[in-house]
Amino acid sequence: MTQSTSLLERAPEAALPTSLLPPLEQEGSMSLWEVTRTSFDSLFANKVRSALTMLGVIIGVGSVVALMALGAGASNSITSQIQSIGTNLLFIAPGSFQQGPGAVSSALNLSLNDYDAIVALNLPVNGIAPSFNASASLVAAAADKQAMIAGTTPAYAELQSLTLKSGTLFDDPQARNGANVIVLGSTLAKDLFGGGQAVGQTVRVNGQPLRVIGVLNAKGGAGGGSVDMQALAPLKYVLDYFPNTRTADGNRYRLSSIILSVRDATDVDGVQGRLTALLRELHHLPGDGKKDDFTVLSQAAFLSTLNTITGLLTAFLAAVAGISLLVGGIGIMNIMLVSVTERTREIGLRKAVGAREQDILMQFLVEAIVLSLTGGLIGLALGGGLALAVTVAGVLNATVSPTSVMLAVGFAVAVGLFFGIYPAQRASRLNPIDALRYE
Amino acid sequence: MSNMIVVSGLGKTYRLGSVEVPALLTVSFQIARGEFVAIMGPSGSGKSTLMNLLGCLDTPSSGRYWLDGEEVSQLDGNALAALRARKLGFVFQQYMLMARYSALRNVELPLTYRGVARRERRERALAALNIVGMAERTEHRPNELSGGQQQRVAIARALAGSPSVVLADEPTGALDSRTSAEIMNILQRLNREQGLTIVMVTHEHDIAAYAQRVLTMRDGQLASDAASRAQVVA
Repeated sequence: MTQSTSLLERAPEAALPTSLLPPLEQEGSMSLWEVTRTSFDSLFANKVRSALTMLGVIIGVGSVVALMALGAGASNSITSQIQSIGTNLLFIAPGSFQQGPGAVSSALNLSLNDYDAIVALNLPVNGIAPSFNASASLVAAAADKQAMIAGTTPAYAELQSLTLKSGTLFDDPQARNGANVIVLGSTLAKDLFGGGQAVGQTVRVNGQPLRVIGVLNAKGGAGGGSVDMQALAPLKYVLDYFPNTRTADGNRYRLSSIILSVRDATDVDGVQGRLTALLRELHHLPGDGKKDDFTVLSQAAFLSTLNTITGLLTAFLAAVAGISLLVGGIGIMNIMLVSVTERTREIGLRKAVGAREQDILMQFLVEAIVLSLTGGLIGLALGGGLALAVTVAGVLNATVSPTSVMLAVGFAVAVGLFFGIYPAQRASRLNPIDALRYE
Repeated sequence: MSNMIVVSGLGKTYRLGSVEVPALLTVSFQIARGEFVAIMGPSGSGKSTLMNLLGCLDTPSSGRYWLDGEEVSQLDGNALAALRARKLGFVFQQYMLMARYSALRNVELPLTYRGVARRERRERALAALNIVGMAERTEHRPNELSGGQQQRVAIARALAGSPSVVLADEPTGALDSRTSAEIMNILQRLNREQGLTIVMVTHEHDIAAYAQRVLTMRDGQLASDAASRAQVVA
């Protein structure tokens, strides 16, 4: 070290050549830092090409991260909406989910008699709410609207955790007698009466005048299925005045659903079993053979089914995005192969001055990994940014999980390694003589 | 005086498909420490093949080769690479500088492959550039330098690792005669004043005249081995 310093101090204008350098005994190999520096230099020498090559990985990782965040957000939002209703709920619906399209005729097979029989069972429940849902046209003084109306009992609002913003709900006798009253969802009330007072006004439903006695608090949720877009009316009124409320034989009233809230979560399975047995008996289904013509669904089962579906959907979307990551990897390989050919002379020179095969291999491999990792990090930032934008916009609460970050970045590096190794090997195995002579 | 290079019955046969092409038959000679030797011969005479073998860029098909007391004819690729880094300095006809690196970094290049620390690398590279008179242009890139200056940088690169032998392959092949003389002066003075061993391939008699000794190749064999006829002294 000191020797070479003294060499530097020699006057530059001294007669050439001055003296040779002191012998250098050092034998070692290129440090990883030096390899990385070399790789960055090469990538910076071709900025546009490097950026375009990274774009494939950026898009791949970005979409994987964004889709996984959106999927998780959607799943959480649905789950929390359902949990806000309560997890001890049981739904009874006509028809069997397993039967598919063939279940249309039996879909008429849930009746008011079934409801009465269930009530008579004296189950350990907080409440039982029958409902008949149908679409109807609602006409107010200034506006009209097509909306779903649930003909039901006060228990329905209680079980669905519906609360009143103004006015009152109809009571049990009114539900039983079919009073001419209606309770509007918050959005529906706004649509019909604007900002004005809805309670006390009259709405014509399928031509019949009903008095608005209450407006529900907003519950949230998207689309026409939201309670905010619906109205509640006394069960008996809907059954008497709406079309198609009779069973096929015309002897009984049909129901769209019966909702039960089981008092104790541990009883849910037992209650579900008793309901199934009762309904099979009422519907004259033999002990074996014929399938149920109704469905008893527990909230928990529903939730787990839903989670399975959203999970599958997320995985599917992420897999599609993963394919774009794969395409990005092929782009890296393509460019690295071009780069190896272009830099044949450079490789020859490096080998002539002492680069071993593994030095060249490392240089090109690190270049590929730098490309894919940088692309991965940029993609992560973009995907995360998109998730954040969606969250800030209030559409969904999309969160980027640490798992998806590790998955995306890990996958990006793996892509770089996998698609970088072949070009790097080609570079490292070039014959130095041929490489030096390459034009 | 010990021998720097000893070549005994060295031969090389290339295989082109199923045809075997003998490029070098059996060549034997010795080069002493501190000698400046030119290798001449028409194209196809085997001088490039010989140079590649001397440069440890290729392995011989037959015969033996000792470089600075080390037998190298049986070494594998990685050992040869390490040997090149430690014992050889190359000067090429086309300079072979990295276009995107400064002169300094070009000279540092062989040292990075020996794992020399950054500061020492820089010091040695600066010293080597100083030797060839390029101390003022260390941060210039090759395209900002003339051909002669580029070749000086290339010589500095060859010197940076204190090689046993500098191998120059047509070092003035791309230069005009005035610049060629400058480059040859540098090589000759390195040889005369510092005892650097130089082996140079050339097809120009004027250039070969700078050397002390001329080996002439013909048809894969050594045709003559003689002292330079009229040695030019700078």
